[in-house]
Amino acid sequence: MPRQEREPVSQSKTDYSQQTMWMLAVRDNRDRTAFAALFDHFAPRLKGFIIRSGASAHQAEEIVQDVMLTIWRKASMFDPHRAQVSAWIYQIARNRQIDIARKENRPMPEELKEEPGMEPDASQILGLEQEAGQLKQALANLKPEQREIIEKAYLGELTHQEISAQTGLPLGTIKSRIRLGLERLRHELKDLKQ
Amino acid sequence: MSAINHHVPDAMLAAYAAGTLPHAFAVAVASHVSLCPKCRVALEAHQAVGGAVLEDTNAVAVSSSLKDSILAQLDNPFTPEPVFERNGIYPGPVMEAMQGRAPKWKKLGMGVRQDILSSDAHGSVRLLYIPSGQAVPDHSHNGLEMTLVLQGSFSDETGRFGVGDIEIADETLEHTPVADPGDACICLAATDARLRFSALMPRLLQPLFRI
Ligand SMILES: [Zn+2]
Repeated sequence: MPRQEREPVSQSKTDYSQQTMWMLAVRDNRDRTAFAALFDHFAPRLKGFIIRSGASAHQAEEIVQDVMLTIWRKASMFDPHRAQVSAWIYQIARNRQIDIARKENRPMPEELKEEPGMEPDASQILGLEQEAGQLKQALANLKPEQREIIEKAYLGELTHQEISAQTGLPLGTIKSRIRLGLERLRHELKDLKQ
Repeated sequence: MSAINHHVPDAMLAAYAAGTLPHAFAVAVASHVSLCPKCRVALEAHQAVGGAVLEDTNAVAVSSSLKDSILAQLDNPFTPEPVFERNGIYPGPVMEAMQGRAPKWKKLGMGVRQDILSSDAHGSVRLLYIPSGQAVPDHSHNGLEMTLVLQGSFSDETGRFGVGDIEIADETLEHTPVADPGDACICLAATDARLRFSALMPRLLQPLFRI
């Protein structure tokens, strides 16, 4: 894949995807209309996703409610330089499902936070969106059997022994992007080699 | 920061993202990721795949009252979950496993000490304290074991493991880790089965020490 040219500085946040715009409005302005738009987009997908991982329709709606409330409450942790809205919500949903299934909190890595007053970097946010779009495309282009295995793995239907390290998905470029998002937070990581 | 050379295998990070790792291993992986930017990047890439799968999932209509019900709850008071910060050599997830307390060391003999943080039928999580120059007692594995170094270092037939390094061993690995010269080696050890320290003490004592 050719390396992306650096985005022009004039690139503004109006070029962000709708989901990112909604999530930033929720995070920065506690915008309820944007939250309702996130609900309309994600709640039915979350419900389908949770039912696929084995919950009843009723249970699934309870989990959707928990996940949506967590999105509202933990919005300050959303960092568009490192995660797409869908990736962030995916993790919240899996955590919630596991917490309920095991009746204990899942161990989570320490959270990395932005320094107060850090300026957003539009080219990084857009670059990550582009990579995530390409990842989605790569997933769509997989053979159906291969794709089903990946869906099973990320729906929590496979053990770590069953997950092959070779998923057939090219993760290298999105990793490069995420690493840039991380370096933004932690200057000591600038030398980090892959 | 010192370089971390031994990482969590990719398939295990994917399983952690999906939540299918046994709890004991999830503590070890969350702790390693707290110390290791490379594995954090890889984990977040797996979360991106999870997000793509979520985006692609067939939508199922939610009941008509759900949205209003959630919107009405946005201002409800709630108790945030406690956040366990890193404390000295102990990353947040280890502090959480200790419920915020300091380690309570129990002597195992030969200067080796342990603190069992959790132990049940699905596995165990413990801290091990191994004085420099001391062999980590030779143990037979009944499954998979993850050992994350938090202080000092140890070496065995497969290499040297310093702070942040994680060794993943199964029953096929015969190894004798020895704490390197310098500070005592402190590790987090997670297993999905009970450990048997064969060289350390008679079998009869094992139930007493729960190892
Ligand atoms: Zn690592």
